Amino acid sequence: MFKVLRDLLRYNREFLIGFILTASLVIYASLHFFSPYDNTAIYLLPPDMPPSPDYWLGTTSRGQDIFWQISAALWNTMTFGITVTVISRMLALTMGMISGYIGGRGDRVLMTINDTLIALPNLPILLLVYFVMREQMNWAILAVVTACLSWNYDARIIRSVALSLRQREFTRHAVYAGMSMPQVLVRQHMPYVMPIVFFTAMNNLIFAIGIEVTLAVLGFIDLNRPTIGGMINWANQHQAIVAGVWWWIAFPIIAIVLLFLGLFLLAISINEYIDPRSRLARMGG
Amino acid sequence: MNGFVKYLAERLFQLFLVIFLGVSLAFVITTLSPVDPVQVSLSQMTSFGAVDPRSVELMREALEELYGLQGTMLEQYFNFWRRVLTGDFGPSLSAFPTPVMTLIAAAVPWTLGLLGLSLAMTWILGNLLGALAGYFRNNTLLKLSGAAVMALHPVPAYITGLILLLLFGYAWPILPISGGAQMNLQQGFTLEYITSLIRHGLLPAMAMVLVGIGSWFISMRSLVSNIVTDDHVVYAELGGVKSRKIFSQYVARNALLPQVTGLALNLGHIFGGTVIIEFLFNYPGMGRLLIQGIYRGDYSLVLGVTTISIVAVAFAAFVLDLVYPLIDPRVRLG
Repeated sequence: MFKVLRDLLRYNREFLIGFILTASLVIYASLHFFSPYDNTAIYLLPPDMPPSPDYWLGTTSRGQDIFWQISAALWNTMTFGITVTVISRMLALTMGMISGYIGGRGDRVLMTINDTLIALPNLPILLLVYFVMREQMNWAILAVVTACLSWNYDARIIRSVALSLRQREFTRHAVYAGMSMPQVLVRQHMPYVMPIVFFTAMNNLIFAIGIEVTLAVLGFIDLNRPTIGGMINWANQHQAIVAGVWWWIAFPIIAIVLLFLGLFLLAISINEYIDPRSRLARMGG
Repeated sequence: MNGFVKYLAERLFQLFLVIFLGVSLAFVITTLSPVDPVQVSLSQMTSFGAVDPRSVELMREALEELYGLQGTMLEQYFNFWRRVLTGDFGPSLSAFPTPVMTLIAAAVPWTLGLLGLSLAMTWILGNLLGALAGYFRNNTLLKLSGAAVMALHPVPAYITGLILLLLFGYAWPILPISGGAQMNLQQGFTLEYITSLIRHGLLPAMAMVLVGIGSWFISMRSLVSNIVTDDHVVYAELGGVKSRKIFSQYVARNALLPQVTGLALNLGHIFGGTVIIEFLFNYPGMGRLLIQGIYRGDYSLVLGVTTISIVAVAFAAFVLDLVYPLIDPRVRLG
């Protein structure tokens, strides 16, 4: 594991840049534990101060320090993304492995349901959930709903691997040795499927963070809890651009773009590492 | 022919299943919610002052009938289906007494135009760039443009749109940033109106293209770079077939097939992006209607737009699936 990481850092420039970007943003985000201000309190500081040695990234019209706001916001956004990823990976793994293992008619039924769920437009459904929940909507519910809407595509990929594992000699041995289906799946098949789970997890993380930013920008989650989308929403509400408070909107945008860039570079370089064909292509030229 | 009939039957079954599950899901979400929509609408209406309790009770009954919330769960479910099939979602509360369907019908052409045009542009451009980048792997210009579209790919639609809006609306104000066309112009086939239509559509369409192009680019590039090493391509190269012909007939044509399937699969996801872009640029389509409905607490409007968009996306994917046999003879011949 560490050797793989070392090799990737040494030979893969995309991975190196992505790793540095993501790692520094994670460190920046965890700094919020040492924030001198309460990150939900407002009107603590003089409002609308431009970036200066006192307030590195300026202050908002609500009297908050933007540097510490972004730090807490990144932390919350990442927590949300990781929660969604973990839940949706578990769903995709269970569904994909079972469908591939049982095969035949059961597989067809499960995959038809799966394809049906892929075809549904997920944003209108999320918005509908918000609309009927209203004030009762919090980030945990949003995470569960987002997870339920984002595992299908990956379940299909996992299932195609499980389908081929089912034909392999060791699966038959395991069954003859008296292992039950859950045992075969967890002990025998899981190790082969895990790389795909990790790789799809990166894409899922990016998707989940995108959903959170979008819904927060629209004002559809608790806006008092700092999030990047929430900051942009407040800036829009105070017409920051018209008022000339550009730093209120520019820095959150820069932060989120850097986060996406870092995660995305990690995702494509891990994908390349897992797929040997593209690794060969890289070596060839 | 037999293969095509079987293919058609499968797709048709899938279409009905998507619509059935989607509409049922919308129903389940609305009924499982802990918030009573009638109560919410009532408190919105009565918040302006004291109202006679008897008229509140009458209003409650009227709203329950309007929302189709009378009777048992099963009755409500069938009632909901009747509404979907007849396309009658009742009047909109925020634009009373205009029926929800009228509002949706007015919004559909805008979304269809914006989404259709920008999606076609995105798909063609992304696949062309991706195929070229996969085939001519050492071209610096292609590498650079590839890096640019891939960097934009993970950024959510709202952020990309917002950056465009700030650039072309405030920093260098050359394009209109709100609405579908100039307000005071008469709709029609005049040069002035069409120019205004294009100018207003340019920024949202640009945002859509920038948001979507990366994923087509990435998948097309990897498809092409896999096909390039296939035996038939190597054989053609050795046989002296012109590289232009190899690219278009041997490589790109094969790689396009999964991209068409991918388009049908991703329509639902792409529609989500349109919702956000329309709202951001105040474009008078389905997406803006949906989000406005949410802000105004308009229950029938939100339910109507959600259901119609589920059905519309399923139909669009079905139409794409019907086109597929035209380009893939294997399905046609069975």
